[in-house]
Amino acid sequence: MSERVVDARGSFCPGPLMELISNMKMMQVGDTLELLSTDAGSAADVPEWIKKVGHEMVDTEQDGEGTWHIRVRKAK
Amino acid sequence: MRILVVGGGMGGTIFANHLARRIHHEMKTGKARITMLSASHEHVYQPGWLYVAMGRATPDELVREQQSLLEPGIEFHVDPVEEFHLAENHVKCKSGKVHEYDLIVISTGSRPLPEKIPGLKENSINCYTADDAVEFFKQLSDFKGGRIMITVGLPHKCPMIPLEITFAMHDFIKDRGLLDKTEFYYTYPIGRVHSLENVAKWAAPEFDRMGIKYETLFNMKEVDGKNAEVLSEEGGAVKYDLLVAVPPHKGQEVIEKNGLGENGWIPTNRSSLHMEGEHGKNVLVLGDTTNLPISKAGSTAHFEAETAAENVAAVIKMGRPVKSYDGKVFCFIEAGKDRATYAMFDYKTPPQPKAPTGAVHAFKMSYNKLYWATARGLL
Repeated sequence: MSERVVDARGSFCPGPLMELISNMKMMQVGDTLELLSTDAGSAADVPEWIKKVGHEMVDTEQDGEGTWHIRVRKAK
Repeated sequence: MRILVVGGGMGGTIFANHLARRIHHEMKTGKARITMLSASHEHVYQPGWLYVAMGRATPDELVREQQSLLEPGIEFHVDPVEEFHLAENHVKCKSGKVHEYDLIVISTGSRPLPEKIPGLKENSINCYTADDAVEFFKQLSDFKGGRIMITVGLPHKCPMIPLEITFAMHDFIKDRGLLDKTEFYYTYPIGRVHSLENVAKWAAPEFDRMGIKYETLFNMKEVDGKNAEVLSEEGGAVKYDLLVAVPPHKGQEVIEKNGLGENGWIPTNRSSLHMEGEHGKNVLVLGDTTNLPISKAGSTAHFEAETAAENVAAVIKMGRPVKSYDGKVFCFIEAGKDRATYAMFDYKTPPQPKAPTGAVHAFKMSYNKLYWATARGLL
């Protein structure tokens, strides 16, 4: 199982969720990904997509500098 | 300093010409040399394929001889690189020739891969190459009514094309008197109709006004050509009569084969544009080739190339780079056959698109001709 970090801070286009989807296509089932995002919308739209597709949310937190750290696992 | 530019697309060409203008004296006196290696003798203005697909341009209008665009003094070879030996500061080309360098600029671009999605290549049309754009025009011309579905793969080059192609097809169909027999069904990978929130806020009401239906959170999984249906990762299924695709893209195979980056995207510092890693100090990466979380678009390559050229010239003349790339991107958005708007943004500033106008469309049409001055490093 591998882990990867996707730094999507400051990304308006394609944006954090598109970066996450692109990267998850390169991952194997069981791999985890940590998305760094400065877009507050990511805290909502990433879980929405993860749930809809059937992957797994690991956790979400915001650090002192305002960056969201969203961890997900590829489940299928 | 021996500067080697790998790739003769927008990024490599704008970089080489900008730099050559800035270090004209050093090149003349033999203190600096620029060599460009490309896989093709042609330079293509790729944003023009949209107009070919709509029958408003022909492929030959979008192509120039690469050599004719380059500043005098730039050495140009049509000889694609096959091996990168970054630790030894040299590359090996298809011909077997080895080129040594002090600084290498990698700008090899990206490629559409519809074959990555089962059934997509054989059942859809797209406008990412000359042949595909011509085929697009033929099939759209033959269309007599039904559902036109737009489906979008990730990642893809030109983030505005899903909207532009939809608006353009709407006007094309309208002009042919087929609007009452046609349904447009637009799908998009995330929960709004475009990645840029403010662009989505503008485009969704435009779709509503034009009667274009849309479904978001739709990532194509496979195309069932027998039943003319696209199945999504999210469990959706949409029937089509004509399937218009924005295929998923990858970087060039040579990048992957040489272990420079997964899927052909090279890990790149977002400010300095140097390749990340131990051999990245004298490696710059431009355009689609980077793994940066910004648009894979000509304008990205353009602004990165200008920044990189200014920095390399400054290093040659003063020993230090002078600026950082700030993530600047400027994209026109064609909103049909005679209106357009634009999105300009950087790492810190989101775009604020205005209502489309005929004036911006006229400017875009002018820029399509002026592009060759941009490639030459003049505009």
